[in-house]
Amino acid sequence: MTLDHVMLSRMLTSLTLAFHIIFATIGVGIPVMVSIAEFIGIKKNDSHYILLARRWARGFTITVAVGVVTGTCIGLQLSMLWPSFMKVAGQVIALPLFMETFAFFFEAIFLGIYLYTWDRFKNKWLHWLLTIPIMIGSSASALFITTVNAFMNTPQGFELKNGKAVNIDPIAAMLNPATPSKVLHVITSSYMTSALVLAAITAILILKGKRSEYYKKALRLTVAASLIFSIGTALAGDISAKFLAEVQPEKLAAAEWHFETEKDADLILFGTLDEHNQIKNEIRIPKMLSFLAGSSFDTKVIGLDEFPKDEQPPLWIHYMFDLMVSIGSFAIFITFLFLISWKAERFNEWSKPLLWGVAITGPLSMLAIEFGWIYAEVGRQPWILRGYIKVAQAATTGEGVGLTFIMFAILYLVLAILTCVVLIKMFRRKPAETELEQRFQIKAS
Amino acid sequence: MSLEVLGITVLWLFLYGYLIVASIDFGAGFFAFYGKLSKKDHIMNDLISRYLSPVWEVTNVFFVFFFVGLVGFFPDTAYYYGTALLIPGSIALILLAIRGSFYAFGNYGSKNNIFYLFLYGGTGLLIPAALSTALTISEGGYLKKDHDRVIFLVGKLFSSPYSWSVVLLSIVSVLFISAAFLTYYADRAGDVRAREVLRKFALFWSPPTILASFLVFVSLREHNPEHFRQTLQVWWMFGLSLVFFFIASYFIYKKKNYGIAFISVMLQFFTAFFGYGISHLPYILYPFVTIHESVTNETMGTALVVVFIAGLLLLIPSLYLLMRLFLFDADYVQGKK
Ligand code: HDD
Ligand code: HEM
Ligand code: HEM
Repeated sequence: MTLDHVMLSRMLTSLTLAFHIIFATIGVGIPVMVSIAEFIGIKKNDSHYILLARRWARGFTITVAVGVVTGTCIGLQLSMLWPSFMKVAGQVIALPLFMETFAFFFEAIFLGIYLYTWDRFKNKWLHWLLTIPIMIGSSASALFITTVNAFMNTPQGFELKNGKAVNIDPIAAMLNPATPSKVLHVITSSYMTSALVLAAITAILILKGKRSEYYKKALRLTVAASLIFSIGTALAGDISAKFLAEVQPEKLAAAEWHFETEKDADLILFGTLDEHNQIKNEIRIPKMLSFLAGSSFDTKVIGLDEFPKDEQPPLWIHYMFDLMVSIGSFAIFITFLFLISWKAERFNEWSKPLLWGVAITGPLSMLAIEFGWIYAEVGRQPWILRGYIKVAQAATTGEGVGLTFIMFAILYLVLAILTCVVLIKMFRRKPAETELEQRFQIKAS
Repeated sequence: MSLEVLGITVLWLFLYGYLIVASIDFGAGFFAFYGKLSKKDHIMNDLISRYLSPVWEVTNVFFVFFFVGLVGFFPDTAYYYGTALLIPGSIALILLAIRGSFYAFGNYGSKNNIFYLFLYGGTGLLIPAALSTALTISEGGYLKKDHDRVIFLVGKLFSSPYSWSVVLLSIVSVLFISAAFLTYYADRAGDVRAREVLRKFALFWSPPTILASFLVFVSLREHNPEHFRQTLQVWWMFGLSLVFFFIASYFIYKKKNYGIAFISVMLQFFTAFFGYGISHLPYILYPFVTIHESVTNETMGTALVVVFIAGLLLLIPSLYLLMRLFLFDADYVQGKK
């Protein structure tokens, strides 16, 4: 590995995206949770839920700000680091990028209104209605940007002639084969992760001894939402896997260490590879891969042998895939357990191990987002535009990428630390109990 | 109107929009910091924050919109600017990132933290300076093409009088636009003390704006005579700009019609900005990129225009709502809500 322009450009792109995606995920999911909480609060006339929505929205202002600035960074970096790619692909995918900015615009306007109009409308439902354009805006921006990423995986809607894109059909480019499964999975996983992050924060507070009704309601709501969204994420992930088997088989094959095309393919969990690509220490589930790929145990699954050596993705993405799936399964398990314990009177849903389980699922879920993206992106290697342009041909030739990498790494480190500090301070300064008393004259029980 | 002219007009309009809203925002940050230092913060910082809080994110979107649109309509610009401006572009980005996030940290998190305010105020002046160099570079002479590489001549940029005059103009304009707006806003809020402080700022920064503009003209004549000759063909636009400038300054000086004064400031910059833009055509980046050669394919161009119109239909009512609630709602402006 040499630190040439290409490598450094890849490192900087991954760094910015890995950082941005944290805030982007929260940005897509939190508005949904705020909306649900405010809805229940108004419907049941329960100040606890209203306060939840208020406090979540307040914290959201901080993460949105970081999401916006890091998003601006990646937006410009795409042009600065991959100029040749943007010059060609820009001809085809400018449309969704442009639409994305409209979605942001829409969201930004209504978010501004929402945050500063809590007590301004006589009819409370009017304020709740503002969450709808916010949710539409943020989910739509996820949708549009994901079509761009999908396009990189399964490009269509143009022809490449002498390095120039011709016969362009922007709509076909947006509606490429990868779009439906990707969009579905990205959006469900954002909702899931946001719900779980909120659940984890609540669980930690309860573990620290806060036991009032407010926290209990918060935890039940967030865990219930997490379960629904986790199941949705797993289903969408399954659709993604079936899609890969059909359209982008080399990515699935690399992730599953599936070297030869065959029927009755086994699913391989974890394990190691020796120097002859022999799989060791794995957990092997017979015929499961065939089932995952095509819903029947004898589906033929295309293996890596059908691709030239220099077009195979690196094999370590296997671990990324397995970790993502394991975290997804664990999240379903834990949230399900919590709900069972809550509904079945005999168990105690406030038991320490269970609360700890919920508490770690939040950060784990965010990790799953990272693993999932790394899998999806590295699994596209060596292509930047699959079948058309390789990564190595697309990087900038400009000087100073290394220096830029260091500058941005410092920036993100500072932003990460300050975001945490500011958020913690913000909520400590005004605990929910005080706010309940001041705002709603409710004594915390 | 041909596609490329339509495209560049749309983008130029957005850049103008960003120029105005961002100037208000950048300048306000600086005034807030200055207010804190000179212990006048109790007079005006509340007012500033009441205006800025709901709208700062919208400001940023204007910028994103501009560069996404530019790359969409004229993909070649991505190639030239992207390759050449990695380092200066990254520095501007980092400043923007610091500014946006520290605004949020300072405003929602640790209220009145002087360090956050310092970063917020300081970056407010550095960013216009950094961004304006993109316009400077578009005059040509700062990029060199060597086979398929584009090289940015940093030394030349730093030793060029033209470049420094643009930087100067950008900073004083920011302060002038912002002060003119905030005077108007304070007036609406009926906050006489804040208005007086801000009005003094506006008057203070008004002569330097015009001086800096003249400097830019003079140095442009040296730097790019052809462009200078073209500006003379639309001299009337710059003349109008001067007239609007006098109207604005007059009203502010006479302590009346602050609303009209601010609109005149907007028109002052509108005419100058479009005069500059028209005379710069057909070049986007002299002499490498012209709007005719670099425009995107027709299908995409048409699609972008369609989306743009649809988007405006969505945005204009929403923006109207935002302004009604926060700008034109007297109770909110006066801090009663
Ligand atoms: C909370 C996060 C999370 C969780 C629990 C899961 N995923 Fe995932 N996965 C993502 C978050 C994610 C993601 C971040 O959203 C990715 C990255 C790129 C993409 O399109 O979605 C992704 C990609 C991704 C892909 C590649 C899609 C492509 O490149 O086109 C597949 C096949 C799966 N996932 C399958 C699964 C399965 C079978 C799961 C079972 C539980 C699962 N994922 C759980
Ligand atoms: C929708 C959005 C995305 C787009 C358009 C996009 C685009 C790109 C581009 C242009 C590259 C450089 C070329 C390459 O190395 O393949 C890249 C690489 C990469 N991206 Fe993404 N990306 C997106 C989302 C993400 C996210 C959210 C992550 C976060 C974890 C991510 C992680 C990476 C990594 C790790 C690489 C380096 C892969 C390698 O070099 O092996 N990407 N992406
Ligand atoms: C290459 C990939 C990406 C690019 C170029 C990009 C671009 C941007 C830009 C320019 C912004 C700031 C917009 C503003 O000023 O308001 C932003 C913020 C955001 N992005 Fe990304 N983004 C990328 C990846 C993603 C992904 C993969 C998602 C979602 C799954 C996402 C969702 C968001 C969200 C939710 C925000 C926060 C904006 C808000 O709340 O207003 N982005 N992004």
